[in-house]
Amino acid sequence: MENTSPEQVEQEQTIAIELAGVHKWYDAFHVLKDINLTVQRGERIIICGPSGCGKSTLIRCINRLEVHQRGVIRVDGLELDDNLKHIEQVRRDVGMVFQQFNLFPHLTVLDNCCLALIWVLKKPRKEAEDIALGYLERVKIVDQAYKYPEQLSGGQQQRVAIARSLCMNPSIMLFDEPTSALDPEMIKEVLDVMVDLAQAGMTMICVTHEMGFARTVADRVLFMDSGEIIEENDPENFFSNPQSERTKLFLGQIL
Amino acid sequence: MAVVHTPHPDLPPPMISVGVVGWLRRNLFSTPLNSLFTLGSLYLLYLVVPPMVNWALLDADWAGTSREACSGEGACWVFVRLRFLHFMVGFYPESELWRPVVVFGLAGLLLLYLLLKKLPYKSYVAGFGILVFPFIAFFLFYGGLFGLPVVETHQWGGLMLTLILSTVGMLFAMPLGTLLALGRRSSMAIPRGLSVVFIELWRGVPLITVLFMSSVLLPLFMPEGVRLDKLLRALIGISLFQSAYMAEVIRSGLQSVPHGQYEAADALGLSYWKAMLLIILPQALKNVIPGIVNTFIALFKDTTLVLIIGLFDLLATVQASFTDSKWLGFSAEGYIFAGFVYWLFCFSMSRYSQYLEKKLHTGH
Repeated sequence: MENTSPEQVEQEQTIAIELAGVHKWYDAFHVLKDINLTVQRGERIIICGPSGCGKSTLIRCINRLEVHQRGVIRVDGLELDDNLKHIEQVRRDVGMVFQQFNLFPHLTVLDNCCLALIWVLKKPRKEAEDIALGYLERVKIVDQAYKYPEQLSGGQQQRVAIARSLCMNPSIMLFDEPTSALDPEMIKEVLDVMVDLAQAGMTMICVTHEMGFARTVADRVLFMDSGEIIEENDPENFFSNPQSERTKLFLGQIL
Repeated sequence: MAVVHTPHPDLPPPMISVGVVGWLRRNLFSTPLNSLFTLGSLYLLYLVVPPMVNWALLDADWAGTSREACSGEGACWVFVRLRFLHFMVGFYPESELWRPVVVFGLAGLLLLYLLLKKLPYKSYVAGFGILVFPFIAFFLFYGGLFGLPVVETHQWGGLMLTLILSTVGMLFAMPLGTLLALGRRSSMAIPRGLSVVFIELWRGVPLITVLFMSSVLLPLFMPEGVRLDKLLRALIGISLFQSAYMAEVIRSGLQSVPHGQYEAADALGLSYWKAMLLIILPQALKNVIPGIVNTFIALFKDTTLVLIIGLFDLLATVQASFTDSKWLGFSAEGYIFAGFVYWLFCFSMSRYSQYLEKKLHTGH
């Protein structure tokens, strides 16, 4: 790597995520087909598409919860392959928020947030708690820190889940349908937190059907169907002037 | 036209559904058939309970030092009272009796400390109890250090032996069973294969066979001059046998933890072992507390099988004392006593497991 030019280094640092020719199969089912995607630092990307189109699988490949079989995925310049060191390093820098929150029910809200700080980043308990309380404050739930997840509402749980990810100080956040399991009156409190994050410059990939949110924060909207990226555009043109028939059909159904 | 809502006040429940009368009516006399069953059951209880109480308590003989004290009208607990020490420790020499007393006293204190609420350093005490205390207990029982005379294991017996067998079995079955359960669910072929073979092999054999093999066959395969203690061989057999059962109980617990928990642990960057120890196992074990305690209770009672390889646990000691010519014909008292001791231990475990379930419940 001695002959890498300064421009190349510069460029690599501005690229957060890079997928090139990525394919994935579940047994014989071809779930991702030749995905090519480059995400710049600070970019906010919304992925939408009908259920089963592979959008969740795609973002789950980015922190290797799913293993792709062909193609290259690079996160922070690290290639995701069987190298466990790379996987661990990528997972530390990539936060993920799930549809079903996936909080640890046997731990308090505060301990949910402290766990990885203490056991992955090796912070002393006191420092970990201070960091965790800071992020719980940021998602406006610090008064519930000593409760257990099941004592909270869905919207509160999802905000805790976001705080838990933020505690690791990630530079990239992945959201896998973060509001799909929520009652309607709780969606806004979670979206507010996500808008706040986006405005602070976080690199975000978000699978969602919240089109109002997409219009507010997205730099690009991707539409997927049958394992392929069918269309991508800035949000204004994506919603007002969709190009492909499938996109039109999909938007007609959800809007 | 708008419909305006007026709040409805909270009313007390109807009288008939609360209080003693309400309870009786709902549970015992809800239908004619139910009333019939209630009366029939009461009559059966009348037939059985008073004679039992008379025999076991009211007409029973408690005081005395020999068979002459038994009037023959009820149970003669003098037999059990005089034999009590023998039932507790078997043929452990009387001069060294303080050693088991110290061990069980200490064990009792440790348990009490762990069961009482809100005491500091519980994890250290638990660690001491699991990692250090067994060695202290062994050296006190066996002796041979610091001038303590050696008490050979064939002199150990009674409740003491029952407790040793079951405690050691539990202490080994838990971690070994956990490892086997994790191995069986592993994505790596070799740990998985080994775990499956181990579990299916040990689960497919009766405990009696395991004990026979350990006492009769194992010595044949041992190299010349190496002699493993009979009790030790039984302990190894019981531990391996129970860990196979424990593995399947814990595996069902692992399966009850939602897949999202594994993913959340991965996404936070936790390694496999940290994810298992911090996230998955605490939930999995909590979910199968009834199954784990069930296995422990079964193990506690299964230890009576060591009788067939010539180890004298509580039941065997009690049975052996029936052959004493001075005390022929008191087997009922002996069996009831043994049954009561087993029940006491098993029931305590069951109650503790229910307490633990409640304590670890973190939902609403």
